[in-house]
Formats: sequence, C-alpha cells, structure tokens
Amino acid sequence: MANPTPDESGTAGVRTDAVDYMTDTRPIASEPAAPGCRKRDPILVAKNVTRAFGGINAVDVEYLEVPRHKITALIGPNGAGKTTFFNLLTGFDQPNSGEWTFDGTSLHGVPSYKVSRMGMVRTFQLTKVMGKLKVIENMRLGATRQEGEKLSKALFKNIWGGREREITRHADGLLEKFKLDTKREDYAASLSGGQRKLLEMARALMADPKLVMLDEPMAGVNPALTQSLLDHVRNLKSEGMTVLFVEHDMHMVRNIADWVVVMAEGRIVAEGPPAEVMKDQAVIDAYLGAHHDVDLGAAEGIEVLEHQLAQDKESVVGTADEGILGHGITEQDGRDPDEGRDRKDAP
Amino acid sequence: MDFLNILSGALGEIISPTTAAYALAALGLALHFGYTGLLNFGQAGFMAMGAYGFAIATLTFNAPFWAAVLVALACSVAFAFLLGIPTLRLRADYLSIVTIAAAEVIRYIVTTNQLTDITGSAGGLNGFAGGFYALNPFPEGTYNLGFITLSARDLWVRVVAWSVVAVCCFIVWLLVRSPWGRVLKGIREDENAVRSLGKNVYSYKMQALIIGGVFGSLAGILFTLPRSSVQPANYGTELTFFLWTCLLLGGAATVLGPVVGAMLFWVVLSLTQGLLYGAIGAGYITFISIPQAGQLRYIMVGVALMLLMIFRPQGLLGNKKELVYS
Repeated sequence: MANPTPDESGTAGVRTDAVDYMTDTRPIASEPAAPGCRKRDPILVAKNVTRAFGGINAVDVEYLEVPRHKITALIGPNGAGKTTFFNLLTGFDQPNSGEWTFDGTSLHGVPSYKVSRMGMVRTFQLTKVMGKLKVIENMRLGATRQEGEKLSKALFKNIWGGREREITRHADGLLEKFKLDTKREDYAASLSGGQRKLLEMARALMADPKLVMLDEPMAGVNPALTQSLLDHVRNLKSEGMTVLFVEHDMHMVRNIADWVVVMAEGRIVAEGPPAEVMKDQAVIDAYLGAHHDVDLGAAEGIEVLEHQLAQDKESVVGTADEGILGHGITEQDGRDPDEGRDRKDAP
Repeated sequence: MDFLNILSGALGEIISPTTAAYALAALGLALHFGYTGLLNFGQAGFMAMGAYGFAIATLTFNAPFWAAVLVALACSVAFAFLLGIPTLRLRADYLSIVTIAAAEVIRYIVTTNQLTDITGSAGGLNGFAGGFYALNPFPEGTYNLGFITLSARDLWVRVVAWSVVAVCCFIVWLLVRSPWGRVLKGIREDENAVRSLGKNVYSYKMQALIIGGVFGSLAGILFTLPRSSVQPANYGTELTFFLWTCLLLGGAATVLGPVVGAMLFWVVLSLTQGLLYGAIGAGYITFISIPQAGQLRYIMVGVALMLLMIFRPQGLLGNKKELVYS
C-alpha cells in the first residue's frame, strides 16, 4: 500500500484526488495497447457483449475497458455497431449475451433510468430535447435528488422548493458556460441544431455524472461550434469526469481523445493512443479503405487509383477479369482520358 | 320562438352537473394527453367504472355513500392498472387501441343478460342516489339564480359537482407546476430522453393514467347522480369523443381548458337545439324534422371543432407558442 503499483485500481480513486487530470501522463493501459488490453484504472468493463439483429452480429465485443478520468473515443465506419454498443451499455437495448460493470457494479439487466442514476449519463445521436419545454426546464429535468418528482410530495412546494432553487442555480451556471443563458426562457424547439447539441450535453451534466457518454456530439455542427464543443468535452475531463464518445471523423478525434477504440463490423479491431491507432495499417484499411489518400475529385485521381489497384493483389483491375472497371470509368463520362492531363501541362 | 327561454336554457347548461362531469372527465384526459402524451380513447370506460362501481356497491352491497365512492375509485384504479401494465411499455398508439377496446368491453359486459341481477343489463340501474341526497344541507324550496330556478336537490348536486371540479382543477394545477409535472411534460416530448436522465418513465405514465382515470370515474358518479340511473348506452365511444371535443375546444395542455371546453360544448348544443326546434316549430324550417335536427346539432359541433382546429389549433386557452414548433 505504501508504494502503490500503477495497475492498482482499487485505491486509485482516493489516491488520484490531487491529480490534475489534464496533465496526468501516467500510462493509460497496464499492458501493450491491443484490442481488449487492461487499463490502469478502468471505470467501465465490458465482457463478451453481443447483439444480433436477424443473422447479423451488430455488436460482438470480446473485452473492453474504458479508462477513468480520460477521454475515450469510439470510432468506426457507418454500421460498425458503435451506437448499438452504446445502447447496450446504457440499458436502452438488451444484449444477446455478455456482462458489463460500471464502477464495479454489474449493469446486466439494469433498466436505463437506473444506469443513469448510477452516474452514467448519455446523449443521443439524433439530439433529443424537449421541444415544448423551455431551455431552463430542460435543464431542470436533468437534475437528480429532486423530491418533488415523487407524486406524494409534488403537491407541497415547501418540500421541493429549496432543492428547486439549488437546481436552478446549477442550471444557470451550466447555461452560462455553454453560452445558452440568453436562450433560457425560449422553447428548446426554437434552438438550432448545434445549440440543441449543447443543451443536451449541458442537461446531461445536471446529474453530475461520473461517466458521460456522448453519441456523435459533433454530427451536423458547423466548424466554429465544433471547436467550442471540443473545448467543452475537454473541460469535462478537467472536472474529473470520464468521457466516452462516438465519432466517425478520425481527425476530430485526434485532437481531444486520450484513447481511441476502433470498431468495425461489430468488433473492436484496434485500440490505443490516437497517434498510434491512426498509423495502424489494419485500422486504415478497415476504416478508411486502403486507397483513402487518392483524391477522386482531382483530374488525375482516377488514373492514380487505377495504377494502385493494378498493383493490388486483391483487385481485379489490371487483370483479365477487369470488365467495365479500369478504363471504362473514364470513358463512360464522355471525356477524353487525356483531356485533364493536357490542361495540367498547359502553362 | 322564445329567445329568452332558449338563452336561459343555454346558460343553465353552463352550471349543469352533466357539464361538470364532462369537464372533470376531460380534465383527466388533459392530464393523460395534454401533459403526458397518453392517447386514452377509453375515458368512457373509466366513467362507466365509476358509475357502475358506485351504483352496484350501493344497490347490491348496501354500501353507504362514501364507501360506494371509494369502491368506484378503486375500480378505476384497477382498470388503469389493467390497461397500463401491458401497454405503457409500448408505443403510444398501443394504449389508444387497447383503451378504446376495453371501454367497449366494459359496456358489453354490463349489458350481458346473465348479469342482469347485478348490472341491470341494457335497462341499467336506478335509485342508488338516496345516500347522496340524504346529505343535502339545503332546506326544501326553490332557489332563484337569476337566469335559472333550482330546487334544493338540483342546487345540492350542482354545488357538489362544481366543488369537485374546482378541487380537481386545483390539484392538477399544483401537480403540473411541480417537478413531477415537469417529468410528465418531458415524457410527452421524448420519453427516451427522460429515461436517459434517470426517471422511471413507466411508473410516471402509470401514475398519470391512474390519476386521470380516477377523475374519469368521479365524473362518472357526477354524471349519474342527477338522473339517479346508469344506462350502458350512455357510455359508448361517442362519449369519449365528446370528451375529446371538450378537451380540444378548451386547449389540451391547460388546466381550465377542459372546463371551458365542456361549458362551450353544452352551450352550443343547447343553443342550436333551442334555435332549430324553435325554427321548425314555428315553420321557418320545413325541410328537416325535429329528430333530424337533433343529429344536425352534432354535425354543427363537428364543424365548429374543424373551424377551431384550423383557425385556433391550440384551443381557446392553449398557448399559441407551443404550437409553432409542433
């Protein structure tokens, strides 16, 4: 005990109280980064979680630990099962098999509202705000420990009025932080898409969660607002919260994530620090496609691609099976294949 | 045509116990639909539970007045559980189908001939309101309210009916301004979001269904007291749709909307009846008969509802701003 080892997770919560989470550089994993590797201090552990829709295995996660006090990004192409996995973890969907624990408590079969009460609050990919409630009421709805939400006490304002004032103060503070304070009395339905994302995130924070799970927080948000959303996510970490978020833009992830988990076809194909994961050839192939750096918008792009495909053993281009591929592509759009090159050569 | 008579008749409808019963049942619907988003198309069933629960407890088991009221309320709570347990976990439309069917099931059960001893079958039950009128504190005589003259018995039933409506409105007002009411409104907007914020949505929906149902069953008792009889034919689906008309006339997510809507509904029905019958009697209208005119009144109510939905969709007391975003 006097000389704690890095992988001693039991006492970590107490010991790390004095740590500045933003500058904490201790290793996240306690073993080499690989799919399913152990973490120094996991907050969420999932084991053999599977979910099939018909014959398709939407989620098949063998083992995953989410590190505490870190920002973990869950990335992967469309249909990789990220959101389904989110729904399973938060009790919005039931898995076919599997066990998962949050802070040491098993969450199997626990209904979603109890998961949220334990301190694991989520947002949604398609933003869910209560349109016909005012922004401030949306915020108040996120609060916990309000006795007035019980029918037996709802009639008596003297019971819940005090807590209501505390909640309102907390909500006003968060609204100011998220620059929504001018919208306080507006109906949530009048907010723009980006403002709704902010409101949903702020509302999730009303419960003082330990783990914030954001499902595509940046989807459909303009670049300026994206930057402010990223800052907010970073702030969550500095306040001691753990963040797990889904995203499919790898470049967005590189900036803020401490740890990246890559899913493809329901499985975890790679995990590690962002810089390393992005270099991983398996990730690049599975997630971006092997020829992701070819710009098909440029005039010579298709020829470059053709050239690359001809070298690729898995491709039919350049073989007898080529068919309408290959030269067919450039000829079909009616242009002379040399036209682009001519223009480029001109001064 | 006696316009004064027609007008005072219409004004009398404003404070009639039937209007109070409609207002109370529509208030239950306001809690169901306006605040929680539950599509209950079986409010007539809840009213029938109240009316038959009260009447059967009095006639078959000789229960005193208050015990009979409690039996009626217990019946509606049981009915709400019966409807809610299988459907409240599902999407909103399942509840609407189940409630409309269950209300009809109730009506057919009480009409069954095998149960004539208990429910009176199609003839209904009579003479169970004695306990209620025995509580009447007003001395015998007539009471002139200006536009209407009432007997002590009529006055008593009106005072009680509208007091119950007032108390229930006050309770609903207290509930919907509380954090509990806020959760209900959240469920109306998006129940998954409310679930993600740690609220037990199923339990809240059940509570709302029960409270609205209890209002419905109280309304059922108020509806039967002035007649001192229950008839199964009164509790058909059209009763539910009249209640929805009252609710939408007044404004769905309001406390006083159902009351105003019920008053308006009955005033319009009474006025059109008075005017049409008067005009037919005096020979101004010759192409329809009196029974046809009775049907024409409901057509006019339907037209009024259509005009309202087109030009004032939020209802008379509703908040226009809430509609901009729906």
